[in-house]
Amino acid sequence: MNLYLGVDIGSVSSNFILLDQNGRLYRKLYLRTLGNPVKALKDGYASISDGLDKQHGKIRAVGSTGSGRHLAAVLLGADVVKNEITAHAVAASHLFPGAKTIIEIGGQDSKIIILRNNIVHDFAMNTVCAAGTGSFLDQQSARLNIPIQEFGDYAVKSGHPVRIAGRCGVFAESDMIHKQQMGFPVEDIIMGLCEALVRNYLNNVGKGKKIEEPVVFQGGVAANRGLAKAFEKILGLKINVPAHYEVMGAIGAAILAREQIELSHSPTRFRGDNFVLEGNFTSNSHECSGCPNLCEVVCIKRDNEVLAYWGDRCKKWESSIKQPREKLKVV
Amino acid sequence: MKVSFPHMGHLYIPLKTLFKGLKLEVIAPPPISQKTMELGVKYSPEFACLPLKINMGNFIEALEQGADTIVMAGGWGPCRFGYYAQVEREILQELGYDFKMVVLEAPDSRISELLLQLKALGEKASVREAYKAIRFAWKKLVAIEKLEKTLEYCLPRAIDKNYMETVFERALQAIDEAESQQEVEKIAQESLREMEKSPCKGAEVLKIGLVGEIYTILEPASNCHVARCLGRLDAQVSRSIYVSDWVNDHLFGGYLRKSNHKQIIQSSRPYLNYEVGGHGRETVGSTVDFARRDYNGIIQIAPLTCMPEIVAQSILGKVSEELEIPCMTLYFDEHSGAAGVYTRLEAFVDMLQRKKNLSSSPLLLEARA
Repeated sequence: MNLYLGVDIGSVSSNFILLDQNGRLYRKLYLRTLGNPVKALKDGYASISDGLDKQHGKIRAVGSTGSGRHLAAVLLGADVVKNEITAHAVAASHLFPGAKTIIEIGGQDSKIIILRNNIVHDFAMNTVCAAGTGSFLDQQSARLNIPIQEFGDYAVKSGHPVRIAGRCGVFAESDMIHKQQMGFPVEDIIMGLCEALVRNYLNNVGKGKKIEEPVVFQGGVAANRGLAKAFEKILGLKINVPAHYEVMGAIGAAILAREQIELSHSPTRFRGDNFVLEGNFTSNSHECSGCPNLCEVVCIKRDNEVLAYWGDRCKKWESSIKQPREKLKVV
Repeated sequence: MKVSFPHMGHLYIPLKTLFKGLKLEVIAPPPISQKTMELGVKYSPEFACLPLKINMGNFIEALEQGADTIVMAGGWGPCRFGYYAQVEREILQELGYDFKMVVLEAPDSRISELLLQLKALGEKASVREAYKAIRFAWKKLVAIEKLEKTLEYCLPRAIDKNYMETVFERALQAIDEAESQQEVEKIAQESLREMEKSPCKGAEVLKIGLVGEIYTILEPASNCHVARCLGRLDAQVSRSIYVSDWVNDHLFGGYLRKSNHKQIIQSSRPYLNYEVGGHGRETVGSTVDFARRDYNGIIQIAPLTCMPEIVAQSILGKVSEELEIPCMTLYFDEHSGAAGVYTRLEAFVDMLQRKKNLSSSPLLLEARA
């Protein structure tokens, strides 16, 4: 069986998926990155690829995305390294042909992607504020001592959501504390927070964009049913949450990798099990003293072999490593 | 008198030549680095825009190296920039630096006044020498821009992008050191040939128009090197502003060569019919102009809090819709994390590429679905 591996290394979670030949999800895995993407990559790869050979499954191509996509590409040997926007759009238009709007909220990022005829027509990402993203919800669930998994269930039980200022995370938090001390039920406060975050999202990220149906809501935060409900209420539109909402970026990366391999007829760059699992990966950084920029150059090593450098503006270090052959354009 | 000035792209090369020609000792500020940013941010008002912060860093570093005179541009109009020279002087004086600040108020199309201002700077030089200095500096400026435009054209097509950039950097340094006009021309010609000769990919590339605030467009250190990033993503960039055009339009009243400034302003109608300060109107006009010339997309860049560009941004949405050209706006401040900018650029280029492929072959869409 031919399988395609998609990896999405984000700020909060690291997601791994395997697609089969027919574009169906074969396996998925959602891990917390916990500030150590190298470990997340090794652990994630080990469990997603566990027992594959016995079932004659073989990884034919690898795609990576997320803020850690370059690291993932180096450790695994990826055929496609793509930004999150393209990856999410590809996955959504694959699973929801005809989707027109994608709302994606992750750990640190939130984005809106407008699709027309199944291709990206316009997009925007949060710029200055992470108030509406997963990290903030995480923080609030910890403060209220409610597991993040149950946060959405509390929200949907609310009858009368309270009004909470959504313009800024700090104001939202102090508003929540104020309402909580006044004795409002916790469900109403959580739902109020969801609505505040939706307003924040629409004002900051979605401003000026035409949100049309069908709308797809994905990313880790889509687990929160309260948010989906708040979006439906405020937009007055039906919100679709895909079955695998939390790994959509990884699905997109896998689709792109497959496309790349099939169109270019070139062999995969995937380095195989041994490379990832048996290598000892280390990273260190040093300050380059070549010019007054004093770039912090990061070096990724496997045992004693240098795999990659990055962080230098002049590309002196980056280009000192032999480049893989010229990338063919994905169409 | 040891003269220094703020950085703005490669303008330091003609400026050095100009001041040397006026028989002044020149101390160019060190290239903009992380340290420049840190100094600038530390001593600037927090709400001021990035150009002021970088100016401050440049001045402090130049003064530390012994400069005692700073030449800074002034200006008028609703953009805050006109007032920056005064603010910067006050801050530097409060920090205890002893220096003279010469503010060149650029009077539109009144070359005689500018010459007088320059003459006041170059007391040691004769009128004839001053004229020669201006001429030589202009030659260097024109040569550098030719190289810049060639790099913008060749970088997306080049197979070895590092080599292309090396040729460019080397040529810049040689022009900086050149002593005569003939030398400048020779270096420019040789480097242009070398860049055009380098092996290229055959495929057609995307064309992106870069519009927005002048300093952010001209100074790569203030915009995370967007033009180079786009070139490396195989997109050809054309800017709405080149220094020589600005000098020609605003200092010499269009006297040096044919100008398209009027046409750009005309293009901003009916979307924006009034001056909104800074380059707001030019941003809208250039966007329309690029769209008419079949560019694939527009990227607007500006420092955070830039009012004229905020006005222009709100109008670009309509331009984008009516002329069917995708526009993206990026604001820059002191953050050094280029990764976020890079992600957005990559996504934008991907989007344009897919749109372009789709328009050339609608079958691809079905093949993928």
